[in-house]
Amino acid sequence: MHMADALMSAEVGAAMWAVSAGTIACCSARLGRGVDDRRVPLMGVLGAFLFAAQMINFSIPGTGSSGHLGGGLLLAILLGPGAALLTIASVLVVQALFFADGGLLALGCNIFNVGVIPALIVYPFCYRTLIGNDPSPQRLTLATMISAVLALQLGSFAVVLETLGSGMSSLPFAPFAWLMQPIHLAIGLVEGAVTVAVVSFVRKARPDLLPAGTAAHARRSPARLLVACLACALLTAGAFSGLASRHPDGLEWSIAKVTGKPELSPVQKGVHGAMAAIQGATAWFPEYDFKRPAASVAPLHQSPVTREQVGNLGTSIAGITGTVLTLLFACALGLLLKRRNQ
Amino acid sequence: MVSIDGALLDFKQLERLAAGDSVLHRLDPRAKVLATLAFIVSVVSYGRYELSALIPFFIFPAVLIGAADLPAGYLLKKIALVCPFALLVGIGNPVFDRAVLMQLGPLEISGGWISLASIVVRAALTVSAALILVALTGFPAICRALERLGMPAPFAVQLLFLYRYIFVLTEEGTRASSARELRSCGKKGRGMASYASLLGHLLLRTWQRAERIHMAMLARGFSGVFHSRTKWHFGPAELFYLVGWSALFLALRLCNGSELVGALVTGVFR
Repeated sequence: MHMADALMSAEVGAAMWAVSAGTIACCSARLGRGVDDRRVPLMGVLGAFLFAAQMINFSIPGTGSSGHLGGGLLLAILLGPGAALLTIASVLVVQALFFADGGLLALGCNIFNVGVIPALIVYPFCYRTLIGNDPSPQRLTLATMISAVLALQLGSFAVVLETLGSGMSSLPFAPFAWLMQPIHLAIGLVEGAVTVAVVSFVRKARPDLLPAGTAAHARRSPARLLVACLACALLTAGAFSGLASRHPDGLEWSIAKVTGKPELSPVQKGVHGAMAAIQGATAWFPEYDFKRPAASVAPLHQSPVTREQVGNLGTSIAGITGTVLTLLFACALGLLLKRRNQ
Repeated sequence: MVSIDGALLDFKQLERLAAGDSVLHRLDPRAKVLATLAFIVSVVSYGRYELSALIPFFIFPAVLIGAADLPAGYLLKKIALVCPFALLVGIGNPVFDRAVLMQLGPLEISGGWISLASIVVRAALTVSAALILVALTGFPAICRALERLGMPAPFAVQLLFLYRYIFVLTEEGTRASSARELRSCGKKGRGMASYASLLGHLLLRTWQRAERIHMAMLARGFSGVFHSRTKWHFGPAELFYLVGWSALFLALRLCNGSELVGALVTGVFR
């Protein structure tokens, strides 16, 4: 479920970074004020526990597949929302850096999808509301299952929105959502079952570890609500900014279609125009470059392609030769530096 | 995850690379973190159909691998392991996006294939940048750099604590898991019941460990800050590194290096 850098646009990545960084700053500030310094090593070690637990699989009966713990909800139950978010986020940072699971730019998205959603949205608003004040074991089980499923559904839906907002993948919304949501329904059920099992194990063995009464947690602080609302708002803003930024492309394309010419005017705007001019001046045979493909008039209803992009791709051999040469040059430079080192 | 032992070994090897001693290893980690971020943002900021303009960016990982003498084969293997995940989502592109964008004689290449190739190139670039950052800097130094750059202190402490205990607990988890493996017969014994109690026990032991650590912290007068002997200094070398790379990325972002080279070369040979 982790987003990868390759599927992100810079706008969505930056927006989600801002959201996650802001939330982490808020949670850090709140934890920093707390006097309970027992929590510092506990969070660190539980993060390592989560990391280890995610590597251990179990086989799901009836199917050939295996599952493992995600752990967002479990940590929220054990530690409370703010500390759980920091712990999950720290695990994600390690995974992004060492296993390239997700990516550095996608870290904002991933922290939101698997950290903020279960710990700061689902846990306080769904889990705590459902279990009420004096929960029976059945009620606890049901609340945990529902919360786990909800957390994964929201998380995978956020992945769908972020991917669509980025516009790198051309999967349309409906098939993508239909692909993601049922898979994550199954994953959510497994996650819920594991969380219930582990929590009930801990309750039997060391009941003192779990937060005893719900009274302390019951009062919902307005700050938390504010954070959640802010996060939701920014998520939508991020997703829509990505969609909006693609809009001019479509506009430009429809202008091209209306006028019937792929080239609207010889005047090219901005840096691209300037660079094209320099390129035209420096190339010995500029006419060799930029053969327009017939494709600019082909049906493009799936993907609005601007004239600029078509030009950039270059149907010419020049583009391909240059690409190969540049790649070779980069490799050769690396090898040369390495040789010199040895 | 292939196997826990393999993953752990991989993890340690990457960290061992950070103990190297090259000019790049000695740079202030802040410069390296910022240059890597600039790189990733420039790569990601391209449109979906951009392919040729992305290729010159390989110069960044290539030069760093060469100059710091990192094992290229090992890093390539790690990058190749990650690319399938990006492919998984990108694989829909050729199906849904059939508009022809490029023509090589009789061969018509649709936008979907180009955007798929672009996704793969992006994945290779961004993943290699992140791995090289760790291999050049090391995780604790990256954390300190991020803290100096404004990351909240509690989160930095959390990252360092996590990093300190990740090896301990993963080894403990591996032992528990292989003990279960040895006792289970086929699929029997690897189900939910034993899994839950395995995790539960691991969790309880983790908790006890945290309590012991807390007592040790109190005994040693831990004040919430990790002290480090190394002094970092953002000097002219760091400034050169950061500004140099950023300028190169900006130049490459503004002008398609591949097409420029291609136009020159095909011009010469014609």
